[in-house]
Amino acid sequence: MKYVLMYTSRPDLAAGADPEAAQAIYQRVYEWFGTNAGVMADSGAELLGVETATTVKHSADGAVVVDGPFNEAKEVIGGFSVIDVADMDAAIAVVKTWPLLELPGIAVEIRPMVEDYSHMEG
Amino acid sequence: MKSRRPATTDDLLARTLRDEAGPLVARLSRRFGDFDLAEEAVQAAVVEALTSWRRDGRPQRPGAWLQVAATRNAMDGMRHRDRQRALAARVDVPTAGEAAAGTDDRLALLFACCHPALAPEARLALTLRAVVGLTTPQIARAFLVHETTLAQRIVRAKKKIVSAGIALTVPPPAERSVRLGDVLAVVYVMFNEGFVSSTGATQDRDLAADAVWLAGVVATALPDEAEAWGLAALLTIQHARSRARFADGDLVLLREQDRGLWDAAAIAEGEAMIERAASLGRPGAYQLQAAIAAVHATGSSWAETDWLQISLLYDELARHDPSPVVRLNQTVAHAQVAGPADALARLEQLAQPLADYHLFHATRAHLLTGLGRDDEAARANARALELTTNDAERRLLTTRLHSRRLDDGS
Repeated sequence: MKYVLMYTSRPDLAAGADPEAAQAIYQRVYEWFGTNAGVMADSGAELLGVETATTVKHSADGAVVVDGPFNEAKEVIGGFSVIDVADMDAAIAVVKTWPLLELPGIAVEIRPMVEDYSHMEG
Repeated sequence: MKSRRPATTDDLLARTLRDEAGPLVARLSRRFGDFDLAEEAVQAAVVEALTSWRRDGRPQRPGAWLQVAATRNAMDGMRHRDRQRALAARVDVPTAGEAAAGTDDRLALLFACCHPALAPEARLALTLRAVVGLTTPQIARAFLVHETTLAQRIVRAKKKIVSAGIALTVPPPAERSVRLGDVLAVVYVMFNEGFVSSTGATQDRDLAADAVWLAGVVATALPDEAEAWGLAALLTIQHARSRARFADGDLVLLREQDRGLWDAAAIAEGEAMIERAASLGRPGAYQLQAAIAAVHATGSSWAETDWLQISLLYDELARHDPSPVVRLNQTVAHAQVAGPADALARLEQLAQPLADYHLFHATRAHLLTGLGRDDEAARANARALELTTNDAERRLLTTRLHSRRLDDGS
């Protein structure tokens, strides 16, 4: 099954982290992608900071463009990948080794990807 | 409550369904490749069985009866959902003689139903339905929740198992002890729900007995897991006291229970489980609670109870689980050893986290009474009563409010 991993963080908490320790952990992120190359259906993308986000929203008078992310939450999405593994437990096992989870405020959301569109036919 | 009346047809039906439903859900899930469909089919078969078996008596081979009914439902469901896929699958109707699935199947199902990716409030409901063979109305009655709400909760959890790819497997040893904690927590809550609400005369299933059974199934299937034996021991010993816990629907406190009504054989069985757990050399919170329950269960009276040992066990338990409720019980044991003044000082430290917990106020009332501070005790008892939702506990607290009796809160 394919799962999208959404890497999220709390910029407000990340500011307090020890830069050297954080640097060491980032180094391990590269290794992590190497280790898990076999399950990466799409290694995805790392995103620039949330301050660069622009959102296009529905409004009754037509779409409007606003500065900022789509929601006001403290957590921001920093990137995503797509993995292809047997089941949810396998996905959780991969995600649990994500090196950044050692830092406060880090979370990874796992979402199964829609792969079967056959029920939408006829 | 089963222990207060002779075994009825319903008890027999319940036990048969309990034995058969879980493995059948697991087996049909594999066969049809769809847990949601399989679980729905077994649930419908359970409902049919309750009607038909009550009317015509239990069939010769209840397991086979249930399997045939559930398989037919699953195939109907499959045709209803997806004609094409049903034709492609061409599932054969099983013969009644097909070998019954083993405990591993039930265990795998249990781990899936208690998966951490499911909402905590859905895990117990789903476990009761899929693993223990209860119907949605039975579960709704046990938890005093609206049937529609409960059904929605179960549907959401089942859909997530299917769509998020939660496998019906027992986790590998490295993952197992953490995941086992989630499973044991569900069984523990199941027991407590049954234990507290067993006053209900309308209840047609004894949830506490179901939980004792399920804890035994888990421990037997995972014999090297000390905490699984610890929970089985704890529930076995607690349940052994159930006949003495209620008199005419009113809760009877431990200190006033007729100890002659306790099931001595079950208590001995529980103690053997504690020894088995201890031999594995990995102490834990359930084992310590079981040890505490065993000390209570072997005291010849409230006064003769080995309070020093209980107090020491609570100190150890609080190291494993420093939650406010455990520290509250630690204080109750401490009061028996060191007196109410010292215990009250410790108790006041829990005032904030337990402000809305009725037993905090009930315990405080008890200690204040012991110190002769009757007006404060009355106010604490009144607060406890305000916060109580369970009818039997409410009646007990009402009695205390009027008579200001000393008691232990258990």
